[in-house]
Amino acid sequence: MDFASSERAGAQPREITSAKIVIAGGFGVGKTTLVGAVSEIEPLTTEALMTSAGQGVDDASKVPGKETTTVAMDFGRITMADDLILYLFGTPGQTRFWFMWDELIRGAVGAAVLVDTRRIADAFAPLDYFENRHLPYIVALNCFDGAPRYEPDEVREALAIPPHVPLVMCDARHRESVKAVLVQVVEHAMATLVAEQSGGYPAVVG
Amino acid sequence: MGQPQDPRGNLVRPYAVTRGRTEPRRDIPIEAILVASQAALQEARFAGHDKYRIAVLCEAKPQSLAELSAFTRQPLGVARVLVADMVADGLLSLHSAAPKKGFTERMDLLERVLSGLRKL
Repeated sequence: MDFASSERAGAQPREITSAKIVIAGGFGVGKTTLVGAVSEIEPLTTEALMTSAGQGVDDASKVPGKETTTVAMDFGRITMADDLILYLFGTPGQTRFWFMWDELIRGAVGAAVLVDTRRIADAFAPLDYFENRHLPYIVALNCFDGAPRYEPDEVREALAIPPHVPLVMCDARHRESVKAVLVQVVEHAMATLVAEQSGGYPAVVG
Repeated sequence: MGQPQDPRGNLVRPYAVTRGRTEPRRDIPIEAILVASQAALQEARFAGHDKYRIAVLCEAKPQSLAELSAFTRQPLGVARVLVADMVADGLLSLHSAAPKKGFTERMDLLERVLSGLRKL
């Protein structure tokens, strides 16, 4: 799509493709920890200013004298090959910044909604969001030390997670565990794509 | 990150860098990769401090719009305006983000990402 400008700047042997996976969840659920566990760089932060474009979506107008809000997103990077880079983006913790989520999920491979079993209700808004978007997602239970352990089926029922959405347990601090979550996201995205292609609804995965 | 600032100062100052323009010349996805050739880097010397810094970063290694925003400490919207200008002026080449259409193209990308993750 963007070959014209590439040619002008010249000397680049081939097109570099980037892909992204979105890590969603409530505030303090461990999104940045998860990103940091596999990223080749310390997670970075990019900030977006909520200007008039975001008004009506957020309720900043109700806060007197507050005209802009800064929305921070943490992200990490995994260079997979000379021509392939994967980015992991954490959504802003405050789920009211939906406009920023829309930007983040655009073109994403898929998403993982991270859930803290101590504050399970925090997951409702992110789950609702993805249920209404055309993006494959999985649910990952972050097993905090000392947090109540539930059977995956109990959590699935409590959060009304549809049967076709994979649910996994993870430890956001551990690289192998996070790798497994990301592998699940991509496998689910593949299964969803295949199901779409054959005209059916995504089958139960995992 | 997130240090409290005067919200009005916040609104005005960042966009001074773009001379008040808030709309980029083209939309650039947050994960899109930008690269600067050595020749482009030389040319960027005359494009002003902010654009030159971006060119230096993109000549050293391919960078996403998100990284450029983080490293230059510019809000995403500001970085996007600058980067879009630089792409239009031939100072940066914009590489494609993930394909959105075509079963084979999308599946190929997913397979590459999957094998990349397994190799981590």
